[in-house]
Amino acid sequence: MIQPTTDTLAQPIIRFADVHKRFGSLVVLDALSLDIPADRTTVIIGPSGAGKSVLLKHIVGLLQPDSGNVYFHQQRINHLSERQLEPIRKRIGFLFQMGALFDSMTVGENIAFPLRHQGIKSERNIQQVIGEKLAVVGLSGSEKKMPADLSGGQKKRVALARAIAMDPEVVLYDEPTTGLDPIRADVINELILKLKEELKVTGIVVTHDMASAFKVADQIVMLLNGKIIAQGTPQQIKTMENDDVRHFIEGRANAADLKALHRL
Amino acid sequence: MTPEDPSSNRFRILSPLEFWGKTCLSLVLTLGDFVRFFVAILAGLLRGMDRFGRREMLSQMFDLGTLSIPVVMLTGFFIGAVLVIEAYPQFHALGLASRLGSVTVLSVVKQIGPVLTGVMLAGRVGGAMTAELGTMRVTEQIEALRSMAADPVRTLAVPRVLACLVMTPILTVFSDILGIFGGWLIAVHVQGINNDQFWHFARVGVDIYTINTGLIKALFFGLAIGAIACYKGFRCGNGAQGVGRACTEAFVSSFIVILILNLVLALLLTNIYVMVWPNQPPIL
Repeated sequence: MIQPTTDTLAQPIIRFADVHKRFGSLVVLDALSLDIPADRTTVIIGPSGAGKSVLLKHIVGLLQPDSGNVYFHQQRINHLSERQLEPIRKRIGFLFQMGALFDSMTVGENIAFPLRHQGIKSERNIQQVIGEKLAVVGLSGSEKKMPADLSGGQKKRVALARAIAMDPEVVLYDEPTTGLDPIRADVINELILKLKEELKVTGIVVTHDMASAFKVADQIVMLLNGKIIAQGTPQQIKTMENDDVRHFIEGRANAADLKALHRL
Repeated sequence: MTPEDPSSNRFRILSPLEFWGKTCLSLVLTLGDFVRFFVAILAGLLRGMDRFGRREMLSQMFDLGTLSIPVVMLTGFFIGAVLVIEAYPQFHALGLASRLGSVTVLSVVKQIGPVLTGVMLAGRVGGAMTAELGTMRVTEQIEALRSMAADPVRTLAVPRVLACLVMTPILTVFSDILGIFGGWLIAVHVQGINNDQFWHFARVGVDIYTINTGLIKALFFGLAIGAIACYKGFRCGNGAQGVGRACTEAFVSSFIVILILNLVLALLLTNIYVMVWPNQPPIL
């Protein structure tokens, strides 16, 4: 493995310790150990199926490791029941890959859901938060729309507004810029930076979009076959010699793929 | 271990012992998983619902209940009518045609009404509720609920089961009324049975316990339909194929459970009747 050089000043807010996870015979996470520093943005890159989304789901207890441990603020969370996980989940926002908006609710109701679920009674406060968060993602005035009437990119932005509705201390972004035009993608990048700088939000971003990764990351981690093959600052990743890393960040097909194509 | 291990080779021919072993294991695992899910629903029913849950329940009651009234009434009417058409020659030959009133009402109220309503609802619920929940699972909406510290069973399953629990007996009443009406129409206006005699025997044959028997059955059917539909939706496989399969399984399982429950409840409720009123025959 390439030697990691991370910001040692920041305290880890989330820690993976020797986490193994498999689905049937497929190994998804293989003895993975990783510290996520607080108040920083960690970007996780890697080819599809490398275990990136699975890694995110372990942080909120949607998945449990087969062995190894996951810690949140030094508290082990992988053995907790659904009810014990509630206080932790309230502190973490999750932007799902496809948005995962509730189809039966309007945009406004989707954003209000975590607020109402957490017992915020004042309708005026709720409406204010909906307005603010929609403005942040550039969709002011679409409170009454149904998710089915939105484009893929708009759905993702509403989902992001919902993920930050409770002002969480950690936000997990599962491919936040996929399916967005370059300008809108950059708005999301700016938003991730703004949340970190102004609200001290710890961000964990899973992405294939290298422009986004280099822009928002304080730390980049590359996963391949469930293992970390590279870890470092964007600058360190850019100058790494490892072939897998270079192919990925430059978006080049590797020799094996090209050979397979030539057989056609 | 999961009931469907993706690593297993689907096309490998199994030895009989292996086949039965796998089948039994999968059955026990699914049953155990369902019982846990069902207990979570019962616990949720006792804990009550939040605002979101109440709204979900009302919208489900409308979609699956109110909108089912016409179809349940229509099937009730036709089955009631056919029942009299088929039974009349036999009763006429015995000189008991005037007793058709009690036979019609008894069959409709105790059996046809609740079972027909249950089966109709199983079809509708299997199609609508399982597909909706299955799609929610496939598009990560159920995981999104969990990630927001909401309990999906309490938020999604409990309101749906409660809607089925409340609406099945109500729909049964509609089915009963139209079934009796259909029977009466044929008996009195086609077969020429005396109207007063029809209603006299209808009243003699059916007491309040009999009507409640049908409604208690409907209550259990509603609970079973709702719980099975939610379970299949929550455990639905991936993609459009997974959702389709979950819907079919929900209908087939509900249908079988309705038939089994009907038998068990018929035995149980008839025995209770005999125990409480030992001097009266359970059926006239």
